[in-house]
Amino acid sequence: MLTHLPILQVILPLMAAPSCLVLRRAGLVWLFAFAASLSALAVSALLLQQVLANGPISYALGGWQAPWGIEYRIDLLNAWVLLIVSGLSSAVLAAAHTSIASELDGGRQTLFYTLYLLCFAGLLGIVATGDVFNVFVFLEISSLSTYALIALGRDRRALWAAFQYLIMGTIGATFILIGIGFLYMMTGTLNMEDLAARLPTLGNSAAVLAAFAFIFVGICLKLALFPLHQWLPNAYSYAPSIVTAFLAATATKVALYLLLRFTVTVFGVEFSLARLPLESLLIGLGLVGVFVASTVAIYQVDIKRMFAYSSVAQVGYMVVGVGIGTAAALQATLLHLFNHALMKGGLFLALAGLVYRTGACRIEHFRGLGTAMPWTMAAIVVGGISLIGMPLTVGFVSKWYLIAAALDRDLWWLAVLVVLGSLLAVAYIWRLVEAGYFREATGSAVAARGEAPVGLLLPTWLLIGANLYFGIDTRLPVAVTAAASQFLLGGGP
Amino acid sequence: MSGSTLLQLALLIPPLALAGIQLTGRWENLREAVSLVAATGLFAVVVSLYQPVLDGGAIASHWLELLPGLAIAFRIEPLGLLFALVASFLWIVTTLYAIGYMRGHGERNQTRFFSLFALSIGAVMGIAFAENLFTLFVFYEILTLCTYPLVTHAGTDKARRGGRVYLGVLLGTSVGFFLLAIIGTWLLAGTLDFKSGGIFAPGTDPALLSLLLVLFVFGVGKAAIMPFHRWLPAAMVAPTPVSALLHAVAVVKAGVFVVLKVCLLIFGLDMLKTIPATGWLLYLAGASILFASIVALRQQNLKKRLAYSTVSQLGYITLGALLATGAGMTGSALHIVMHAFGKITLFFCAGAILVAAHKTEIWELRGIGRQMPITMGAFLVASLCIIGIPPTGGTWSKWYLMLGTFEAQQWLLMGLLMVSSLLSIAYLLPIPLRAFLGGERPLEDGAGEAVAIGEAPLPSVIALSITAAGCVYLLLFPDTFYRLIAAGI
Amino acid sequence: MPLASLYNYWIVIGLMMIGLYMVIAQGNLIKKIIGLNIFQTSVFIFYISVGKVEGGSAPILDGGEHLYSNPLPHVLILTAIVVGIATTSLALALAIRIKRSYGSVEERDIRAQECPRPGEGGPEC
Repeated sequence: MLTHLPILQVILPLMAAPSCLVLRRAGLVWLFAFAASLSALAVSALLLQQVLANGPISYALGGWQAPWGIEYRIDLLNAWVLLIVSGLSSAVLAAAHTSIASELDGGRQTLFYTLYLLCFAGLLGIVATGDVFNVFVFLEISSLSTYALIALGRDRRALWAAFQYLIMGTIGATFILIGIGFLYMMTGTLNMEDLAARLPTLGNSAAVLAAFAFIFVGICLKLALFPLHQWLPNAYSYAPSIVTAFLAATATKVALYLLLRFTVTVFGVEFSLARLPLESLLIGLGLVGVFVASTVAIYQVDIKRMFAYSSVAQVGYMVVGVGIGTAAALQATLLHLFNHALMKGGLFLALAGLVYRTGACRIEHFRGLGTAMPWTMAAIVVGGISLIGMPLTVGFVSKWYLIAAALDRDLWWLAVLVVLGSLLAVAYIWRLVEAGYFREATGSAVAARGEAPVGLLLPTWLLIGANLYFGIDTRLPVAVTAAASQFLLGGGP
Repeated sequence: MSGSTLLQLALLIPPLALAGIQLTGRWENLREAVSLVAATGLFAVVVSLYQPVLDGGAIASHWLELLPGLAIAFRIEPLGLLFALVASFLWIVTTLYAIGYMRGHGERNQTRFFSLFALSIGAVMGIAFAENLFTLFVFYEILTLCTYPLVTHAGTDKARRGGRVYLGVLLGTSVGFFLLAIIGTWLLAGTLDFKSGGIFAPGTDPALLSLLLVLFVFGVGKAAIMPFHRWLPAAMVAPTPVSALLHAVAVVKAGVFVVLKVCLLIFGLDMLKTIPATGWLLYLAGASILFASIVALRQQNLKKRLAYSTVSQLGYITLGALLATGAGMTGSALHIVMHAFGKITLFFCAGAILVAAHKTEIWELRGIGRQMPITMGAFLVASLCIIGIPPTGGTWSKWYLMLGTFEAQQWLLMGLLMVSSLLSIAYLLPIPLRAFLGGERPLEDGAGEAVAIGEAPLPSVIALSITAAGCVYLLLFPDTFYRLIAAGI
Repeated sequence: MPLASLYNYWIVIGLMMIGLYMVIAQGNLIKKIIGLNIFQTSVFIFYISVGKVEGGSAPILDGGEHLYSNPLPHVLILTAIVVGIATTSLALALAIRIKRSYGSVEERDIRAQECPRPGEGGPEC
């Protein structure tokens, strides 16, 4: 049983997805999907524990050994990301029943859970596999289901957002496919470990450079790295609230994992950071992303959209960490991966609570929210403070590591820019605080007030509580990410 | 009770008070009783720590380790105790005053007000007793966040604008400079623990140390060194008790206290003297004193004038710390106490005038001394304390500051302190003098109204009398604090 | 190696550019989808070309030693073709829904319907 964990991780949700269609009744389907997600969480926890104890796990799919068959390879990096994805998915699913029931009609709810589990399985597959073509397949599984999930949104603009994302996403995925083709052409293998071993022997081959370029751009599209982020704000704003929470907490994280996997493991730091000007490119794009997206966020009226831009900004921080390229900086990125998932998961769930009560979440709906929905508003404030990076929240931990990593390499200007970027976050978070506590509710926004239902509030506070808990007791994430970043720079996958 | 239990208690009483206030929010009297009991309890605990600390006992408490090497930990040292003593004593008085003020003024959201008030004092205790820079930073930020809702309390456009400036400057400087300075210190020295004599190894690059010192002095926005002083006048939109306790005592004193502590325990006096930036920062502090005094002269709003006076007086404390001499440090530390008593009295008076006479502008106060003799008498005493002339405690701190400039042979700064003292006479003394000696002008704009003016509600009057008496008491018995300072330096 | 002998790669590049250009330049959603298809097809041809071995036969092992084309890229691209079909059908389904709710599949018309409300931050506004 334990030896089959890597495949169980992916196959559980993948098999559960079509089974949802059989169950039909919304409540039942939810329970089933939730159970599937929880078991995936259990599997990923077991995996992480195994990897921590015994080192990387290699699993040959169907008994076919590595060069011929598909290998699933779990090391600290993907065990960590698997845990994040399945943990956040479970928390979001816990809230899904209440929120989805109010946003979708009965028949579509079953479809929602099917798509959700498919997307979930796709994301887990991308992370678990050690085969680059398999990455593409799972990427498309998750992407296709994501397009459909976004299109479920009530607003007709959701359709348009989904269509735009489909075009962008497909171009991105096809770019990755081209890159994989080049890699195969040059090395004759699709296995990441073999690729890592063979690529350095090829020297400065133009085909390898082309492969890298295609894969890099493709991943950045998925990652919504500035300036390839245009699809994200629309997709996040018009998708059903639960979908937004799920995507914000997991999808960009998986894309960032891919970026790390390809730049650091497959191509190697030597190639991607030392030989190519990727360091300045990543740091530059990351910083510009932080500043532009945060500034745009300040002027948003729709708060879902505001947090969507904030996500683009936060991706910038993570990419800066990859760009700095030292073990400490990678650790900062891995920490922020986890921390940002907790923040955005909690924040978007809190917004789901607001949408549940008012039907929308524009800035005017926040007026007087401090008295009307004290718990939801408090969750948003705590999540926002974490996003800013105040001490005792997770945001502080990753910011500390990132700044320390920058100063460690004597990049004072970078450290200054990073802290300035977080001040912009103060500006957009504080608009909400002002509206929530120091303005009276007016007009239509007053209607149908009351605290969010417990079904939404509990998962929200679970995630917000995790923001505080892991901001104070940092042992687990710090230990795992420290080991993972050492491991990443120390050698092959 | 052992020292560390008392220390825990000092840190836990405010959060407990918060819980109590929230629970009893519905019953006003009970809620206020909880506030008062907590305040008195806290003061008692801090006082009981006095003797053990003076005897040199190590009182510490290690809470938790956040990141490797970064812990939330507390250790009492004499200067911290000095700060805690002042803050906790004035909390009692201010609570008393606030009860009268908030009811008299019919403010809303009083439960929120008192809750956050308690939390703020908790943050101050954390700052006072922090063992390392990291703990200090955590509580420094908590203090900013807890006091923000107090500044914006009224919820008007003006209050929100003030709140934005307040938060923008304080968070901006602390995240932009202070945090950077802390991380820089960590990387350079390998530790953040306060240590007598400083933590940097001899021979550390003076240029880097200069950079760090500049980052520290600007980063501690609460010390209100120009040009990062704008938040303080902006915060004057807050209810008066908030201005009194937080913006005369807790918040600004937290700022200068941090500067003092960084100078003394991170850099160390000997190293501070050798850092090139110290000289420049001294003149910056001097300029801040002078300019703020001049601006204060031109303010017609009473609270605004007091705010700029605070900016100016905070400059004295920073300047004293940067002089890097024993007398300068002593003067700074003493001025934390003296200015606290003086300025809180002034704010109490301003609030009392607002509640009783609904006046906020200085020109409206002519002749008001006849209706409100106690209030304006207290105002006079407190003004003298700020200026630094007998019969008030301010004499001592100004004396030591002068001595400090003498020791450091900074003749220009010495002259500057004298000029600024003259300026402070000019912007403070006319107010009480005109109030007592001025004509009957208030009667002109409404004869009936002037007759109705009397003293403010009793709790407020009691409070401001206590602190005014404190100003005089400190002239006669500064020894309590002086011994702590001597032990600290 | 003369450039002409790489003609299949030139075709790949040509198709790829045509496809991308259509996706970007065409305002009609259906034409965008067709462009996307051409773009994907170019990649399929690329994979098939990579696997082809000059003079090789189909990879059927009958005991004898003979030259055969690499089957792996061909198998891979089967998967990619399936993915492509799924993408196209989903895109078409979305286009139908868009037509129903906006009454048009022209990008210009859709934007015209969303933009009159400034400050809402609709797509592309």
